[in-house]
Amino acid sequence: MDLVPLFVIVPLLAAFLCLLAKGVLPNLATWITLAATAALLALAVLAGLPGESHALAVGGWGVRVEAGVRFVAGIVLVLDGLSRLFLVMVALVSAAVAVYGVQYLASFSGRPLFHVLFNLLIAGMNGAVLAGDLFNLFVFVEVAGIASYALVAFGTEAEELEAAFKYLVLGSVASTAILLAVGVVYAASGVLNMADVHARIAAGAVSRPLLGFAAALFLTGFGLKAALMPFHAWLPDAHPSAPAPISAMLSGLLIKTLGVYAIVRIFGTVIPEDGRIPVVLLVLGSLSMVLGVLLALGQDDLKRLLAYHSISQMGFVFVALGANTWLGVAAGLFHAFNHALFKSALFLCSGALERIAGTRRLSGMGGLVQRAPATSVATIGAALSISGVPPFNGFWSKLLIILALIRAGHPGVAVIAAAVAVMALISFVKVQRKALFGPLPGHLAAAREVPAAMVAPILVLVALCLVTGLLWPWGVDSFIGSAAAAVKVAADSSSSAADYLHMVLGR
Amino acid sequence: MMYLLALLLLFIGLYGLLVKRSLVKKILGLLIVEHAVNLFLILVGYRSDGLPPILLPGEDAGEFVRASVDPLPQALVLTSIVIGLGLVMLMVALSLRIHERHGTLDCSKLNRLKG
Repeated sequence: MDLVPLFVIVPLLAAFLCLLAKGVLPNLATWITLAATAALLALAVLAGLPGESHALAVGGWGVRVEAGVRFVAGIVLVLDGLSRLFLVMVALVSAAVAVYGVQYLASFSGRPLFHVLFNLLIAGMNGAVLAGDLFNLFVFVEVAGIASYALVAFGTEAEELEAAFKYLVLGSVASTAILLAVGVVYAASGVLNMADVHARIAAGAVSRPLLGFAAALFLTGFGLKAALMPFHAWLPDAHPSAPAPISAMLSGLLIKTLGVYAIVRIFGTVIPEDGRIPVVLLVLGSLSMVLGVLLALGQDDLKRLLAYHSISQMGFVFVALGANTWLGVAAGLFHAFNHALFKSALFLCSGALERIAGTRRLSGMGGLVQRAPATSVATIGAALSISGVPPFNGFWSKLLIILALIRAGHPGVAVIAAAVAVMALISFVKVQRKALFGPLPGHLAAAREVPAAMVAPILVLVALCLVTGLLWPWGVDSFIGSAAAAVKVAADSSSSAADYLHMVLGR
Repeated sequence: MMYLLALLLLFIGLYGLLVKRSLVKKILGLLIVEHAVNLFLILVGYRSDGLPPILLPGEDAGEFVRASVDPLPQALVLTSIVIGLGLVMLMVALSLRIHERHGTLDCSKLNRLKG
């Protein structure tokens, strides 16, 4: 049996069951979510890690030949190196977040509804990563999007509602742009399947101006979802306003599956080789890197600071993609993977620190290492990862990005990236000095460590950061390299979608 | 020509969604935006004097494809209407809660978030 549809079916079913469990037992939904995320983790190991890349025609509506033209009649789900990387990322982070959520959400009313939305979010992200045609990509992006708008507003406090509304408005503009782009691609090529679109474009059957228009719309739409710099305004409001587990999901996963993955897929597989896109990514990525970290330096609110760092770190990923070589794409995807691990760990830490100190403001914290040693160790580990201190994973991916930029002939951008990495380090040293070290303020003398069930998943994520940092040379080829090979040929960095086309169209 | 009208409608909707300060007008803006995009999708598959896209038994498939309206965009629009409905409902629900908490629907008075 093919395991690929289960990546979408399991969380969708879990969401449905959580809704049913709402009236029966208040804690049943929590267990359902734990079971679903554990199942996804097992699936990611079973089908994801060693699995063959293949395409699955849903309902058997696969390739047809009519009048000598091969085309895909139905919906296909495609599991290739790129999807595999993101599926593993989603499974790892959402499992850690689900465990953390058990304790964190214990005091929230409406927990079952939270779990419904949480599972829908996972289903949407997994579906978007597996979708083999443009319209399905749009639908799954919307499933994840709508779940995330509702989750940002989950606390229904005044600030959260305001942030959610802002996020919803900009998110709907993004989806409008994406849907319009899908329409333009269909008008220009007459097909929606990604491999089909590529084949038509390669055959010269698609008008170039219309294609350029569609590319610009895709970049706007997914750029908004990824919070690339001119489109970033919603992120510093939305990510901090959500409950901590959701901040971790949004910053750790959502901006990557809906942003990075979609941009790599669209401009790697669907619309081949347009010289202007990498330049745009380089410029906007540099802008995000620099302005994100500068705005983060001045923040006093811990979660807001982390949100600005997300923008800055996404800038690293996009300049790496903009290098437009195999090494660049591999480094960018590696950094996206690492960022998923340490940024979700940091947001979970921020939730724990908020519980311990009773505030999110750095000026209200201090000396917490004396009162909460485990959380402090986790925070320090994750902060070292994001600021790129060896041997943590953040160091290696940033180093690879800088190397890729130099080898692709963009030394200026490489210098900017190195400078931003130093500024990120400064910013996190500041966080540690203010929150964890120094004298313990009087009002925190009775502060208590959070329960072990909350610290343990963060420590696991931090341990994963360390393990990735130490063992990455052994995973590069099989995991990161094959993800990058989905769009670029490793040897000469020319554009490659041949395997993908072969998988889907069976030529 | 019709494409330009759909585009015009899109820009009117975007203006309402992004520039207007009242949350109700933003919701109306979103509705107009959705209609504009749906209209655009329908136009992509439209053909004047086209047949309804239902293949009857005994009809020649090649002839049918040449004469009928393209059904695929219509299927897309059905899905996108449902998604749009979800978005609008969520927006209305949020607006109601915002009115409850802030006592206003004017988004220029919603300024708790800064920095």
